[in-house]
Amino acid sequence: MSYFDLTFYVFAIGAVVSAGMMVFSRNLIYCAVGLLFALASIAGIYVLLGADFLAATQLLVYVGGILALLLFGIMLSVKFTGVELRTGTLQMLPGLIIVAGLFLLLLRMIYRAEWAVQTPGDMLPTTTTIGKRIMTDLLIPFEIASILLLIALIGAAYMARRERS
Amino acid sequence: MIVDYVIWIVLLPLISFAIQIFFGKRLPRQGDWLPTSVMFIDLLLSLIVAGKVFSAYDPEFRITRSFEWVVLGTTTIKFGILIDNLTAVMLFIVTLVSSLVHLFSIGYMHGDPRYSRYFAYLSLFSFSMLGLISVDNFLGIYMFWELVGVSSYLLIGFWFEKHSASNAAKKAFLVNRVGDVGMFIGILLIFAITHTFNFSEVFGKIAAGELSGALLTTAGILIFCGAVGKSAQFPLHVWLPDAMEGPTPVSALIHAATMVAAGVYLVGRTFVLYSEHALLVIAGIGTITAFIAATIAVVQMDIKKVLAYSTISQLGYMIAALGVGGYNAGLFHLMTHAFFKALLFLGAGSVIHAMHHEQDMRQMGGLRHKLPVTFATFLIATMAISGVPGLAGFFSKDAILAASLEKAMETGMLYHYTIFAILIFTAGLTAFYMFRALFLTFYGTPRNKEKFDHAHESPGTMTIPLVALAVFTVIGGYGKWFEELVRKPNLQMFAESGAVQDATHAATEAAAHGAHTIAMVLSIAFAFGGIAVAMLYYYWNKYSAEAVSKKFAGIYNFLWNKWYFDELYQATAVRGTLLLSKAMGWFDLNVIDGLVNNTARLTTLISFGSGTTDNRIVDGLVNWVARIIGWFGATLREIQTGRVQAYILMALGAFILLYVIQLAMV
Amino acid sequence: MMAVGLNHFLVLSALLFVLGLLAVLTKKNAVTVLMGIELILNAANINFIAFSRYADTDLDGQLFALFVIITAAAGAAVALAIVLNIYKQMRSVNLDEADTLAG
Repeated sequence: MSYFDLTFYVFAIGAVVSAGMMVFSRNLIYCAVGLLFALASIAGIYVLLGADFLAATQLLVYVGGILALLLFGIMLSVKFTGVELRTGTLQMLPGLIIVAGLFLLLLRMIYRAEWAVQTPGDMLPTTTTIGKRIMTDLLIPFEIASILLLIALIGAAYMARRERS
Repeated sequence: MIVDYVIWIVLLPLISFAIQIFFGKRLPRQGDWLPTSVMFIDLLLSLIVAGKVFSAYDPEFRITRSFEWVVLGTTTIKFGILIDNLTAVMLFIVTLVSSLVHLFSIGYMHGDPRYSRYFAYLSLFSFSMLGLISVDNFLGIYMFWELVGVSSYLLIGFWFEKHSASNAAKKAFLVNRVGDVGMFIGILLIFAITHTFNFSEVFGKIAAGELSGALLTTAGILIFCGAVGKSAQFPLHVWLPDAMEGPTPVSALIHAATMVAAGVYLVGRTFVLYSEHALLVIAGIGTITAFIAATIAVVQMDIKKVLAYSTISQLGYMIAALGVGGYNAGLFHLMTHAFFKALLFLGAGSVIHAMHHEQDMRQMGGLRHKLPVTFATFLIATMAISGVPGLAGFFSKDAILAASLEKAMETGMLYHYTIFAILIFTAGLTAFYMFRALFLTFYGTPRNKEKFDHAHESPGTMTIPLVALAVFTVIGGYGKWFEELVRKPNLQMFAESGAVQDATHAATEAAAHGAHTIAMVLSIAFAFGGIAVAMLYYYWNKYSAEAVSKKFAGIYNFLWNKWYFDELYQATAVRGTLLLSKAMGWFDLNVIDGLVNNTARLTTLISFGSGTTDNRIVDGLVNWVARIIGWFGATLREIQTGRVQAYILMALGAFILLYVIQLAMV
Repeated sequence: MMAVGLNHFLVLSALLFVLGLLAVLTKKNAVTVLMGIELILNAANINFIAFSRYADTDLDGQLFALFVIITAAAGAAVALAIVLNIYKQMRSVNLDEADTLAG
């Protein structure tokens, strides 16, 4: 086993276990923490895959931003509604069955399909390439994404504002 | 020419009936002159006809004229007139008696509330009777037969406010009906075999042998049934005495001279129809009738009833005469009887009128001084009917007795000798009861002082007919013209081919003459014997009739109650019919109505059942289906949880399912 | 154990996807459902990047994943705002009480 494989397994197991914690935990904070570690592990996976810029972005945006947002949301919802942090599950059994079925289907697909695999090349820094690509080929999607973020910002702020009485 | 006269003779009374029944009340004198004068015109016409017919002096004289009435496929029914010597005689008799009765009725029915209608009915009757004797076919004679019956019903029940009168009319009609049924069946039987109603054609076919043997005898007896009814023969004689409820002129016309003679005429007209066996039956019934009626007449107290039973008895004589082959004698007696019986009834009518409608002879007596004309004519008629020589009745009755003795000597049967004996004895009875009636009415001391004082001779309208009839009673018997012209028909007259198959016997001349003498002697003896007995009891009052009636109380009661015929018929026929109708009524009420009701109930049950089925089963089915759908809906509704996660789950489940299925199919 | 190759990454991705799906399906709390959605998106990202590494030379996959992250962020923000609104309306965080669409 190479270091590569080992690192992979570490991060992979970390992600799965964390995700599992997120799914099966009753405590809301535990769910959030689970998601945190899952996202972090995924960032590590990104690194293994040579996506250095994306790993950093992942950590910054997801962990730092979205997760914080979620945590704030949880805290605030508790405050607003007086709801307990404990939460239950519903239709777990049917869900498990469906999900298991789906997973098996996916597995089957993965192992039967003949992916057009090429041997990966060396890992190069990607930031420059991504930046160039964004500014030339993917300019329009970039701009639209910006607008999207703007709209989301405005919209969310509007929706969550305090009521004027 | 003659035929035209005859047609007018028949139709004139019909026209006068039509006018009289609708307009009679408005005519002056309520129209009594109209039918009367019409009838006298008819008399004149019939004299002319008779003159023409007799001037030919041909026993085989016959004129017919017919037209095609109904065509049924291959059969044609013809209708027409037949005129021969017999027809001419009958026309004369009927018109004579009818016109005299019309005249008499003007006086007798004076003041009656339905005066005009009475004359209308008389006209109707005259038309029917004249038609009856003129037609040439069975169907025609049956039609007029019924018409005569209807007229009789209307006239007997003329004073219908009296229950006895309306009952008598009904009785007459119903008893006649019984006879008519037999006659009708006979006519149909004849038609079935010969395919014609026409007299001449039927007789021709009999001559040719198409109708013979048992069938012929049966047909003859059936036709005779009609005569039994109409001419009041035993056992259908019971209606005639009751028919005395009608006005006396009616009794004179219908129940003495004409209608009751229709039966005798029928037998005479259809004489060829009767086989030897049928003739035996006819002779027997005639004789029985003559005897029974005479015995009942002996004890009657009502003057009209005496005459009624006398009529029945004399009719029996006529029928018996025909039965023993005395064709000529029977019909001759019909003619003379018409004269003197009409005279007797009209005379009785005169007496009744004078006594203010008293008919019981026990209330009469000594009237001969008060009603001289009536008495004289009545005496002449009584002598005639008793067979006193010189008068018409003697000749005809004598002829009958002679014929009967001839027959007996010819066949040598005890049967025929018995008939002769009974007829002779009955002649004696006839003389007895007739003179009894005469003595009780006109002789002796008056038994009802008050009525006697009020009695007076009748007016001219009533006495003239009496005298006229008396004249005919005296002269009617003379001359051989009847004997020679009205001959017994034999099949030779009707045979179309030469040979005749019916073996009618021929009486030998010698035997005939011998029998005649014996019969004449015996008849005179019995006649005077009867008169003598009557004089003993009622004229010289040597013996008391009352004592005899008490001594022989049993016989007396039997005769007084008319041999209990009415009671017998009441117990059997009447009760039987009532029982039958009750049974029918019960059947209709219970069985048929029961059927209807039960069908209704069944229908109700079925409809109830089907309704229940509809309600429970059909609706139940519908409800059940709805409930299933409701259950499905309710169940499936649970899918719509409103929870998005459930929807996602279901979508994923479907996706997996489809994927798997797709894999399986590949 | 064989050398880690594309398949391993794909399996991982599938596993994470399924887990995220499970969270979406079974969690009562709306926020945890959001977390599940994020997880799903991340699993998809892993897929993109793995393919980008093993099958593509132009980093197309990575670029796409970038945009996914951006969009996910926007989405999360808006979703959270909505959730908070619903909480205010219903006074409850339980999703199975948001069943006004129930038949």
